[in-house]
Amino acid sequence: MNILAILIPVALLLGGIGLAAFIWSIRTGQYDDLDGAAQRILIDDEPTDPPLDQ
Amino acid sequence: MVEVTIHSPAGAERGAITASNDHALRAVPIGADEHALHLLVEGVHCANCIGRIERTLAARDDIVEARVNFSTRRLFVRWRGGADAAREIVDTVEGLGYGAIPFDPEILVSQGSEESKALLRAMGVAGFAAANVMLLSISVWAGLWSDMDATTRDFLHWLSALIALPAIAYSGRPFFRSALAALRGGRTNMDVPISLAVILAAIVSLVETIGGGVHAYFDASITLLFFLLVGRYLDLRARAEARRSAERLLLLRATSALVEEDDGSLSYIAVEDLTPGMIVRVAPGERFPVDGEITRGETDIDASLVTGESEPQAGGRGVSVFAGTMNLNAPVAVSVGRTGDDTLLAEIVRLIEDAEQGRARFVRFADRVARWYAPAVHILAVSTFAGWVIFSVAGWQVALLHAVAVLIITCPCALGLAVPVVQVVASGRLLKQGILLRSGDALERLAAIDTIVFDKTGTLTMGRPVLTNRDEIPDAYHGVASDLASASQHPLSRAVRAAFGTGTPPAEAREVPGCGVTAAIDGSTWRLGRRDWCGAADRSAKGRGSELWLSCDGTPVAGFAFDDDVRPDAARTIDTLLVRGFRVELLSGDRREVVDRVGEALGIVERRAGVTPTEKVARLRELEAQGRHVLMVGDGLNDAPALAAAYASMSPASAADVSQIQADLVFQGDQLAPVAVALAVGRHANRLTLQNVALAIVYNAIAVPFAIAGFVTPLVAAVAMSSSSLLVTTNALRLKRAGSGDME
Repeated sequence: MNILAILIPVALLLGGIGLAAFIWSIRTGQYDDLDGAAQRILIDDEPTDPPLDQ
Repeated sequence: MVEVTIHSPAGAERGAITASNDHALRAVPIGADEHALHLLVEGVHCANCIGRIERTLAARDDIVEARVNFSTRRLFVRWRGGADAAREIVDTVEGLGYGAIPFDPEILVSQGSEESKALLRAMGVAGFAAANVMLLSISVWAGLWSDMDATTRDFLHWLSALIALPAIAYSGRPFFRSALAALRGGRTNMDVPISLAVILAAIVSLVETIGGGVHAYFDASITLLFFLLVGRYLDLRARAEARRSAERLLLLRATSALVEEDDGSLSYIAVEDLTPGMIVRVAPGERFPVDGEITRGETDIDASLVTGESEPQAGGRGVSVFAGTMNLNAPVAVSVGRTGDDTLLAEIVRLIEDAEQGRARFVRFADRVARWYAPAVHILAVSTFAGWVIFSVAGWQVALLHAVAVLIITCPCALGLAVPVVQVVASGRLLKQGILLRSGDALERLAAIDTIVFDKTGTLTMGRPVLTNRDEIPDAYHGVASDLASASQHPLSRAVRAAFGTGTPPAEAREVPGCGVTAAIDGSTWRLGRRDWCGAADRSAKGRGSELWLSCDGTPVAGFAFDDDVRPDAARTIDTLLVRGFRVELLSGDRREVVDRVGEALGIVERRAGVTPTEKVARLRELEAQGRHVLMVGDGLNDAPALAAAYASMSPASAADVSQIQADLVFQGDQLAPVAVALAVGRHANRLTLQNVALAIVYNAIAVPFAIAGFVTPLVAAVAMSSSSLLVTTNALRLKRAGSGDME
């Protein structure tokens, strides 16, 4: 049962990281515009530098 | 307040008056050298719109941040420099073809978003704790059948307590608060048994853990919270959506007006500070800020907001104008008559508010169930406790344990989770068909509809004139017509552009209010406008609606006929509705012959013409008094009170803002079919809700006796709770899979 002493803290730590990430994402407003986020992947990027060849 | 004064007594030219709203008043300073502006944008439909707005703004050097919130249709812009740039920013956005209304974030940033963030955080914490406690609990349950010793079990229980107790204290607050408020008010609501179950389960488990007992309910307690928080969050989102759009109403009113002083100087004054008798300048393309009378200038007025008539009215000296209507083509001076709360717009807003009072009486099905469910649960739990204390020798701790088990088992997951899930799935399904569900309980109300009342203009018809005799117009005139039409914002000009493409406005083009556009092209004087103005005597242009003529040096050369077409599938949709047994009526503010024509074409027998907004509401009340549940479908501002008064309401996306705010559902596109689809989805969703409640009751009827008898261990509770929640959720998801077959 000694393995529990390692596994449980590890499980809690991993879960805690997930929770912290979730709370961070709420704080930074990533849930404010869910529909917009779905649309934004369709926006073309700014045209970058012209192709190097020629 | 910033007051901009323009010293230009001769400012009657078009360019001198840029806006009747001074947008700089809305800019908020940020830090030392930056300003920000919050805007509502209209007409944002897709990724391209987001991209265009953000890219165009970002191209300006001074802009630090420009971000469109697609869900709320809001735009946030932050820039370096003074507040004055606000005007250019609004012009830029409007130049792209989007409506932009700056608003004061102090008023409009709803607490709703804060509340939903808090719920999300609570949900995250509960989810984290539930997963970990469940992990430990499964170990304990596995230990029941193997050789786990008491020390390990107690250790796992203690660990669960360590995770669950703080998580419950944090995540349970939304429920605890609401339960406390209810108890203080001497009432009981669904949150009282929820809070009791969660808190008692935690306390009993802690006592068990301290005493080295076998059963701890930490997992049930925290999982319950997690499920309920998910339901609560979904519910809140549905309601926040409705509230958010209601805020738009406040923004239709002008914020400031350009006032002409006695000495001829002009200054911006907040609309609240206007007094009757003042002279206000209104530029073309702006809405009138007040009710009043035109004292100088000639223009066309788009009064569709008030009358629902798409045809602009001629406005000259002495003509009355109403706040909210739009000045189309020339600057005018208006003598202020009524302001603020006395205007017709405010009057309509009041009508709407009155009508809404009536609707507020509607109680959701879930709430109605809760009214008897909550007391029933309390009675059951108390009797269980009392029964065990009286009839058993096991002691009060055991009695309490069993009472808690009853509370956990009866916890209203079905009502708390499955009803919002049906809602979310249904609104997703409607959205796919271009229908936006805007009010949380609209689905439930849709299910009860038996009568549908349509408005005509813009609802059964497209609401915009379409050129009907394109083939009769010689090709040679297409270019000239579109060039002339490009110089005007008149709806008929727009129809010409729509038919022939946008041309280049001639340099010398001049718009004559009430008549048309004229310009000299290649030495000839061309006119595009009214029949008599173009010198055409006969009515040779066919068409039952409006017409426009083109003349060259006084000789009429072509006549354009326009008509407001009925939506392409209107006849089929009305037919479907009639076959399904709905009573269909047509209420329109338009003339009798037009209403009759449309009504006959679509097979609507019951129709009324020339109906005022008040009469529309009266008719709806009349139908209501006959015990009918009416769905009102309308688009104009004149329909808004009726939309608010009806049992449920729908608006096309092209409708006036005020109407869209009142409508429970908004549909996009040229089709009328969404009305039938929405009704079908509403019925289906309601059926599923009822099924879910029935499932929950059956589940309780089976499980509660076991709980009362004391057979419900934490393991049984966890299995029962999860399986019932899964069952109702899966049932709700059937709505998603249902084909469109039942729509026809």
